[in-house]
Amino acid sequence: MLELILFYMAATIALVSTILALTRVNATHALIYLILSLLAVAVIFYLIGAPFAAVLEVVIYAGAIMVLFVFVIMMLNLGEKGDRREKKLLKPQVWVTPVILALILLVELVLVLSQSAPAETQGLISSKQVGMTLYGPYVLAVEIASMLLMAGLVGAYHLGRRYLEEGGGS
Amino acid sequence: MSDLMTVMFALAVLVGAVGGAAVMTWWERRLLGIWQDRYGPNRLGPFGILQVAADMLKLLTKDDWVPPFSDKVVFIFAPTAIVMAMMLGFAVVPFAPELQIIDMNIGLLFFLGMTSLAVYSVLLGALASNNKYALLGGLRSAAQMVSYEVFMGLSLMGVVMLSGSFNLRVIVEAQSDGWYCISQFLGLFVFTIAGIAESHRLPFDLPEAEHELCAGFHTEYGGMKFGMFMLGEYLGLILISSMIVTLFFGGWLGPWLPPIVWFGLKTFIVICFFVLLRAAIPRPRYDQLMSMGWKIMLPLTLINLVVTGAVALWLADGLTVGGVG
Repeated sequence: MLELILFYMAATIALVSTILALTRVNATHALIYLILSLLAVAVIFYLIGAPFAAVLEVVIYAGAIMVLFVFVIMMLNLGEKGDRREKKLLKPQVWVTPVILALILLVELVLVLSQSAPAETQGLISSKQVGMTLYGPYVLAVEIASMLLMAGLVGAYHLGRRYLEEGGGS
Repeated sequence: MSDLMTVMFALAVLVGAVGGAAVMTWWERRLLGIWQDRYGPNRLGPFGILQVAADMLKLLTKDDWVPPFSDKVVFIFAPTAIVMAMMLGFAVVPFAPELQIIDMNIGLLFFLGMTSLAVYSVLLGALASNNKYALLGGLRSAAQMVSYEVFMGLSLMGVVMLSGSFNLRVIVEAQSDGWYCISQFLGLFVFTIAGIAESHRLPFDLPEAEHELCAGFHTEYGGMKFGMFMLGEYLGLILISSMIVTLFFGGWLGPWLPPIVWFGLKTFIVICFFVLLRAAIPRPRYDQLMSMGWKIMLPLTLINLVVTGAVALWLADGLTVGGVG
């Protein structure tokens, strides 16, 4: 019972903060709501018995990726001008198409969920289990992801290098 | 422990940590004084310890000013974030065999998560201040913390491999036949440096480097809001020290004395070591800090990881090492 209450609380926070993240004109405020939403999702992961996924959500998404987002916003230093531009983007008519698409998806989701039986939760999933699965059946996906990251790293290095050769920075 | 006992203990840890952080402000200045051949605060009360009370009175009674050009809600929220995150970090620290608020299977990862959330305090404080010095400090801290977080996590993986668990209590118990400060010396070295960088203390306090940036990210802060930043920093120092003790110096393990005393004693020594580093080492330049991180710390951590993995696999043939197989 307590778990159910906690789940719905976390789910409500996640939904509300995601909606607020979408509708804020100030980029910093939007990011704070997005971080809050990620933390709420982490709580949900923990409640359904996946503590490892929950902590990874906090460490990687909330703790690293979002920090880089804030970093970029700091570099851009949008201020009032950014707010005004953002307000133009958030006009009502802009919302029509995404809302229709989202509604179709919602109907589909409700249909799927009402037909199939709820997925069995297998109790607590330990970090060991996650590791065994990741480097057992899914090892190919891990390798492909690592190659993709490597390509990104080389690309970033190349871009930085050209900047240095042109004599910018030291 | 029963539920009531856990709640009581959590409250005790809360009070103890805040009190410890407050006393640290005085103890650090006394130690720095001794090492720099002067007295430090020694006037109020025995050995000057009442200086803590005087400082707190001053901080609490100062005008609680919010600059009109700042982003007010974020400005007020920012200093609380670091205190909350650091306080939550204490929840998984095993003080003694039975004294731990939450015995979590993923305690180590939880600690890493909380330290990574503490970054937001500095970032949001800097952004909300709407001040160029604060912004520069915030930029530095974002780059510094994201970089050093990488080695901080990786340097601990050797410990996880040897003990076969993310559970901090299991890690301490696994050290009963030899502390990890010997077998994981590289890990200890990198984690200590990354820990200082994470808690942005001297010598790695570039986000607030006062001779270049006024006071960096907390330029616009005063009164108790500034006090919260300081409280968070000292809580971070205590948390990192107790994690170093837990992961590398056998936690509560030790002969004769009760476990909690051993834990306190070891943590105290590590804290004093951090103060000594502050007294002895000059602040590096920003680019030196970054290149040291990526060019020295990262390769060292990876070497440590590969060697530890190889040794663990080699041992796993004869013995059963928990993390493998």
